[in-house]
Amino acid sequence: MSKAKSVNETSVQTKGGKAKAWLDRYKDSLRYALHVITHPFDGFWDLVHEKRGTMAAAHTFLFLFLIIRVLKLMLTNFQFISAPVQYINVLEEMGSLLLPFLVLCIANWAMTTLFEGKGRFKDIYMGMCYALVPYIIIQLPMILISNMLTFEEGSLYSVMISISVIWSAFLAFVGLMEIHDYGPGKTFIFMIVTIVGAAVILFLVLVFFSLLSDAVAFFVSFYREIVFRLN
Amino acid sequence: MMMKKTVSLLLAVLLLCIAACACADESNSMKDDGFSTSYSYIYDYWEDVQMAPDPYRVELVIDGTTLGMDNLGGKGITKAQSLFICGNDVYVADTGNNRIIQFRYEDGQAAFTRVISEIQGTEPSTFNYPADVFADGNGNIYVADQNNHRVVMVDKELNFVKEFTKPVDATFNQSSAFLPNKIAVDVAGRVYVLATNVNKGFMKYENDTTFTGYIGANAVKFNMADYIWKKYFMSREQRAVTESFVPTEYENLYMDDKGFIYATTTVFKEADVFGDANPIRRLNGIGNDILIKNDVEPPVGDLNWKRESLQYGPSKMADITALDNDIYVTVDRMRGRLFGYDGQGIMLWAFGTKGSMDGTFSRAIALDHMGYDLFVLDEMKNNITVFTPTEYGQMIYDATDTYLKGDYDQSDKLWRDVMKLNANYSLAFRGIGRSLLRQEKYKEAMDYFERAHAREEYGRAFKQYRKLWVEKNIWWIIALLVLIIIVPLILGRIKRTKWEVIMHEQSKIRK
Repeated sequence: MSKAKSVNETSVQTKGGKAKAWLDRYKDSLRYALHVITHPFDGFWDLVHEKRGTMAAAHTFLFLFLIIRVLKLMLTNFQFISAPVQYINVLEEMGSLLLPFLVLCIANWAMTTLFEGKGRFKDIYMGMCYALVPYIIIQLPMILISNMLTFEEGSLYSVMISISVIWSAFLAFVGLMEIHDYGPGKTFIFMIVTIVGAAVILFLVLVFFSLLSDAVAFFVSFYREIVFRLN
Repeated sequence: MMMKKTVSLLLAVLLLCIAACACADESNSMKDDGFSTSYSYIYDYWEDVQMAPDPYRVELVIDGTTLGMDNLGGKGITKAQSLFICGNDVYVADTGNNRIIQFRYEDGQAAFTRVISEIQGTEPSTFNYPADVFADGNGNIYVADQNNHRVVMVDKELNFVKEFTKPVDATFNQSSAFLPNKIAVDVAGRVYVLATNVNKGFMKYENDTTFTGYIGANAVKFNMADYIWKKYFMSREQRAVTESFVPTEYENLYMDDKGFIYATTTVFKEADVFGDANPIRRLNGIGNDILIKNDVEPPVGDLNWKRESLQYGPSKMADITALDNDIYVTVDRMRGRLFGYDGQGIMLWAFGTKGSMDGTFSRAIALDHMGYDLFVLDEMKNNITVFTPTEYGQMIYDATDTYLKGDYDQSDKLWRDVMKLNANYSLAFRGIGRSLLRQEKYKEAMDYFERAHAREEYGRAFKQYRKLWVEKNIWWIIALLVLIIIVPLILGRIKRTKWEVIMHEQSKIRK
């Protein structure tokens, strides 16, 4: 094993070797997700503090999560989910998940930084993306399986869906705990605080945009007034 | 320079994308607009209005003039409140003139029979605000004589038989007047009275005129949050003006031929319409609601409504009548619409609107049927509109009828005819699917059930299909399982052996 590692280190100099090393590290960090979801306490600690995770893998998981969310709406058998396919806008659907996710990450970072949270924004984002993995690996096969089940067997489907969500939520909780080096009570409190923080962010954004549109409207009317006077 | 061009191109593409999204949103606004602009329509699975062929057309409009009452020197119909049909006889409670009008309807013709304004053998001998009328098969007539505080029964020759009056009973508030508003009589001569200001349900009288209690009272809903709010956070004055916990009153009732009471209510909170309100009910002998609701939404009339409309809110069911095969029809007095439902609570059709043309209503207040013909009484127009089913409407009834009788082939054929006339009719898809399921054509049945969004029935068809599929492909499945399980095992074994060989070699070298 050590022999293989040294081979990698020596070939760092060449450009192709660099790319290969990166790819190996990326693959390794993807595989590491399986360790994280089964051993969350050790997994999240090492993920951040031992640099076992990569941002690329985190992006991949988030992207997969969004894709699977859309696939689920489109391809799950109508016995279990009936989404009005004729009205679904894929980008809108993905955006409606991505935005809250990012806002919550930002809010969590903003709040925990003030209260001795060890995690940087990058760590929080990475941890939360890794917490999405159970959702991905359970929901993807469930899309296929839903097309092999009858309405009466729907409880199997709903149980699996619940498991994936609960598992992911648990991972998010443990992840925040390990990333910030908090106790469970403090983590729980900060989860609530994070939601409040996200609401504040949304409020500020809305205020900003309404002010901006007012300002724009002012200059537009100003311009019109001038044009009107000049004529 | 090149860079600038690229950036501007990118920006343009982005803007185009945004514009496209905005356009897409524009088409989305159809989703919220469930308020029909067409005369006949139906709600699809997504609760969107889909235009439909007319299930009924106007056969005749009857008012005082067409009945020839002008020639007879009488007044026309004024503020009539109710109508009742027994056989071919139509009775109209001409409330504004304190009388009952009776006429016969046959072959599209209405023939005036008589005006009932005086009865023999009782005091007072005239009516005062007769709000409802009922006739049994023997020609006996019951009149809810509201301002005389009685329900009076007379025989064919208008001789007094008996009357049902204010009960001497502790459950009835003796200080308030007995104001019968709507009545229904069952085959045993028991009278069910819907009285104004009584919110305990329908008052029930035995045929010997004794009062035996109430049926169909609404359970009083108790809301803890409401209670705490009212008890601890409201002043006495505030509490006095807010509504107290009282059960709702009914609007109307109809006794079907099986002895069940169809009842409608219009007094409920808008938010409850799909939940606890149950604007349409079917009550059994002990007053429990046994209405079947197998559709996505319960039968409540219009499913969504425009906020800016003057006629905002849930449909207000003024009257209800039950046809054969458990099909029932209600009339919404607010928007002047009729809704037909089958015994499973699935909407068959909806039509009607407000207006002054024939077939539209100002204030449709009462409804009854003769066979499949519908008679709608308009309180403001003072006329009765007779609707007869069109080919399309009749086909729906026939298809339902043949299916319930067990003639599935005929039903399949009829549903296919319905589908030809209305390709948005999910009930037709469901009907075809059902008969295909019985013919063991599972794959086709699944297609039709999917189109009708019939999940449970799709599941049933799919179960059979899956069974057959597994039976047919069992060897492939076994082969696949072998591939998945056995092959990696063998590969693993080979790998391990190789590893052991290498280790052995290495240990040899070290030695």
